[in-house]
Amino acid sequence: MAETIVTPGHQPAPSEIEDTHLRHHFATPEQQMDSATLGMRTFLITEVLFFGGMFASYAVYRNLYYDAFASTSHYMDVPLGATNTAVLICSSLTMAMSVRAAQLSRRNDLIKYLILTMIFGTAFLVIKAFEYHNKWEEHLVPGFGFRYDQPQFEHNAQILFFLYFCMTGMHAIHMIVGLGLLTYLAVQAYRRVYHASYYSPVEMIGLYWHFVDIVWIFLFPLLYLIGHRK
Amino acid sequence: MNAHHAPIPKVGTLVAVWATLIVLTVVTAAISYVELGELNVIVALLIAVGKASLVAWIFMGVRFTTTLTKLFVVAGLVWLGILVLLTYSDYSSRNWTYQSRPWNQTKTPMFEK
Repeated sequence: MAETIVTPGHQPAPSEIEDTHLRHHFATPEQQMDSATLGMRTFLITEVLFFGGMFASYAVYRNLYYDAFASTSHYMDVPLGATNTAVLICSSLTMAMSVRAAQLSRRNDLIKYLILTMIFGTAFLVIKAFEYHNKWEEHLVPGFGFRYDQPQFEHNAQILFFLYFCMTGMHAIHMIVGLGLLTYLAVQAYRRVYHASYYSPVEMIGLYWHFVDIVWIFLFPLLYLIGHRK
Repeated sequence: MNAHHAPIPKVGTLVAVWATLIVLTVVTAAISYVELGELNVIVALLIAVGKASLVAWIFMGVRFTTTLTKLFVVAGLVWLGILVLLTYSDYSSRNWTYQSRPWNQTKTPMFEK
């Protein structure tokens, strides 16, 4: 349902006379946007609790097997982990810039920043894949010929590596889903769907992308940094 | 009248947040090489909370949202707190019950420190 609102004496720019995609059960585009935002944030809160379960089990096992967990940080690649953190932060910036471009109806900027975000996201996954490969080579994958230099920690250190693969794996799956969503956004942006009056998909998927960044912001210190100086 | 009620963020703000996040990442990685004892964990987590708050407040635009949405975000954090605190306090206090009942011989090795 196209809604055209023209203030008197004002020649509307092409972007202003485009569809606001207002559904019939909402009174105004503002109300529709508020509902979408609230719904997306509610979903993200359930995601926080989903990851929170894994963070809680990490906290419990770290308390039970303190020394074994501290010893594992030695096997984590801190430079690669820090690089990945920086890559994700850059992708968050380009995602925020995408939303801004959509708000300003700048289609070419929007496409450019979405593709940049996807490049950063892919770079993250590639670095992660190298790390997984190294873990496999070093026999640090729990259950599959796990070998550990410190035999007294062999059993309990496996728990940390199990949590490591669970948490980073779930995070990587979220990244892959995010890359799919960004591809959809880029195609829609190419088809000129988004403009100043209608950009909520860009903002919602942006929220999701930033959330995935926040998860990594906590995973990085907990898995890589705690106790690796020992 | 446009669909957006939120003010458009300034490029300078976004870039400043990005720079702060990068600096904090370098700082947290560098501090982890310094032996501070228990402080290492606390500092690492404080920096992570600071970075996450910046992302949520500026990049995710919580600052521009309605009071209702802010309330939802806070409620989510409260539930996360309940999840972590109750689980953690359960496990970390199981030892206490055994110590308070010295006649109880059924100690499980899992909870011995």
